[in-house]
Amino acid sequence: MSRQMTGAKMVIQALRDQGVDTVFGYPGGAVLPIYDEIFQQNDIRHILVRHEQGAVHMAEGYARSTGRPGVVLVTSGPGATNAVTGLTDALMDSIPIVVLTGQVPTFMIGTDGFQEADTVGITRPCTKHNWLVKDTDRLAETIHQAFHIATHGRPGPVLIDIPKDVQFATGTYTPPKEARVSHYQPRVKGDLAQITRLVEMIETAERPLFYTGGGVINSGPAASQLLRELVDATGIPVTSTLMGLGAYPASGRNWIGMLGMHGLYEANLAMHGCDLMINVGARFDDRITGRIKDFSPGSKKAHIDIDPSSINKVIHVDVPILGDVAHVLEDVLKLWKSRGRKVNREALAKWWAQIGEWKAVDCLAYRPSETTIKPQLAIQRLEALTRGMNRYVTTEVGQHQMWAAQFMIFEEPNRWMTSGGLGTMGYGLPASIGVQIAHPDALVINVAGEASWLMNMQEMGTAVQFRAPVKQFILNNERLGMVRQWQELLHGERYSHSWSESLPDFVKLAEAFGCKGLRCTDPKDLDDAIMEMISHDGPVVFDCVVEKHENCFPMIPSGKPHNEMLLGDADTRGAIGARGAVLV
Amino acid sequence: MAALNIKKGSTSHSAYDLRDPNAQAVERHTLAVIVDNEAGVLARVIGLFSGRGYNIDSLTVAETDHAGHLSRITVVTRGTPAVIEQIKAQLGRLVQVREVHDLTVEGPAVERELALFKVAGTGEKRIEALRLAEIFRASVVDSTLESFVFEITGTSEKIDAFAELMRPLGLRDVARTGIAALARGI
Repeated sequence: MSRQMTGAKMVIQALRDQGVDTVFGYPGGAVLPIYDEIFQQNDIRHILVRHEQGAVHMAEGYARSTGRPGVVLVTSGPGATNAVTGLTDALMDSIPIVVLTGQVPTFMIGTDGFQEADTVGITRPCTKHNWLVKDTDRLAETIHQAFHIATHGRPGPVLIDIPKDVQFATGTYTPPKEARVSHYQPRVKGDLAQITRLVEMIETAERPLFYTGGGVINSGPAASQLLRELVDATGIPVTSTLMGLGAYPASGRNWIGMLGMHGLYEANLAMHGCDLMINVGARFDDRITGRIKDFSPGSKKAHIDIDPSSINKVIHVDVPILGDVAHVLEDVLKLWKSRGRKVNREALAKWWAQIGEWKAVDCLAYRPSETTIKPQLAIQRLEALTRGMNRYVTTEVGQHQMWAAQFMIFEEPNRWMTSGGLGTMGYGLPASIGVQIAHPDALVINVAGEASWLMNMQEMGTAVQFRAPVKQFILNNERLGMVRQWQELLHGERYSHSWSESLPDFVKLAEAFGCKGLRCTDPKDLDDAIMEMISHDGPVVFDCVVEKHENCFPMIPSGKPHNEMLLGDADTRGAIGARGAVLV
Repeated sequence: MAALNIKKGSTSHSAYDLRDPNAQAVERHTLAVIVDNEAGVLARVIGLFSGRGYNIDSLTVAETDHAGHLSRITVVTRGTPAVIEQIKAQLGRLVQVREVHDLTVEGPAVERELALFKVAGTGEKRIEALRLAEIFRASVVDSTLESFVFEITGTSEKIDAFAELMRPLGLRDVARTGIAALARGI
């Protein structure tokens, strides 16, 4: 192979050498040379999206369900600015994606050229790193470094801005092996002294608890495996953040459910009452901690994280362990075994008994209805009817997202994709397409709310074009449900702009896109309708018309600690004080 | 929680700090940040400070190792101890940052700043300005019949003091470099 080639060819060659099989993108003036190369090859599949934000969320879905970086190709100016929400989403949730943007030719940069934007300037705060490549000879090396940085350490989005003249010019291609090794090599092995302290604490703790997060999943399948082994061997209860669902199986003996603002009663009270909290790849997000001052006041805290800035950021920890989850857990397990597999059995039994009492509260109970579909019931039936299938679930953002997290059962990592940190409405539909493209034979369901779903509904065109048989399970309450819930609880039931008027007919909308539409309004028809959705060989938009005023419980109101959670509709008025109201 | 007998707000079992972080004393720290001398690196560092609401009291930057392609950013910042730690961790994880040194805690360090002062005046005031400049070991780098430009090097406090004295004597303009700092010894 000749090393001399155009920049545009180099892009394709570098992607090929990085093992990329799929690119999500949208063409435009400043990336035409690259699209010309895409046209002339068959190794890399290009998925044409309908909006650049969709491309980035698809790449996120692809990345989270495969563990491999997702790749996006968009044009300059609006192409790049439309990608910003997706980049920020990926940064907050630590998703490895590589975004290539076209740029006006180098000699036009700074002249306010047509479709010119300061892409590296705009995306600097919402990428892990970004580059403007001004020299074709440096292009291939930059792409290789970009993949390295996106996938090493705490994963995240990176962006490479490529001016059009750099794409046309000829230069020397640098293969990955010859690319300069980046000095960016975050440490993966944890400090042994700290690991020893953690093991000593595990041996004696009376009320220990694993608090796991997305870092376990990002660390790879080995991390989930080691977590399972450690949890099962020690008999310590385990809870997880929204991002970490599936790392420990929900059917596992020690699973006590998701924690956080809408987490389970038993999980949150266990966080509040534990004497040893072992944070594995989570980041003490404000949805988790509630009021910082009263967060788990009686516990020693250990924190395993690959990002030094996550440690002691909001919560001071006693045992900080900087390293990759899989590497650290391996050492913890090895050391704990070699020291005789000790735990405080007697105290643990009492701790489990206490957790059992909390569990008996049955915090997810809701008032059933024979006439309207309760959203919780819809998710429960969806779960029951798809259980055991090769299934992936994405969500939009809001009440439905929390209900999906509460009622669905995740047994494996990489099966659950949701926008956690940024809370991006419009994430789920494109993400589900990205997942489906990566796993063509799997059942991919987007649990959605009608308002979120409308934000990126144009991507149904992509699903139909590329025969991605994604199932859009829309819980339609004709409301911005979570906004409505907050207005009810803390804005005196003044429902300012939180209902959806002039909604489209989702069945007709589906048909207009050329796919199947279903509507279900009666709980008695629900099972049959869900089965019809699952068995249909193609994309489906399922309009599940649900109870309009259901609230999502349990709920830790803003500014309250874990032990002051609301369990149901019973007098929620005044639950959030003025100080809590300023928090989101 | 009665079952667990944990007092609300208890700190007895924990090193967890229940003090209001804002109530902690604000400290001034001088950080030396060694970075790859590449496009955008300064914007990235400054963007980090503004984006996360950290303070910058002083900032100097220049290439210090041409062959190694490295620059040194000296930044003086203020914050509670927790915030200072967070600033260092955030800086440290930037891809182009090679090293972060906290000169305030890593041992004694030398801090110097250079400033140019333009002072205009005639007669007694002019003579007094010249006399004070000598005391401060400032040198005259430009002079006309009605003005001097003094060059002065020293700690920021010394330069502040000199500025105070020059003000009534016809101070017209000041240019300061910001702080450059190095650890003492090897």
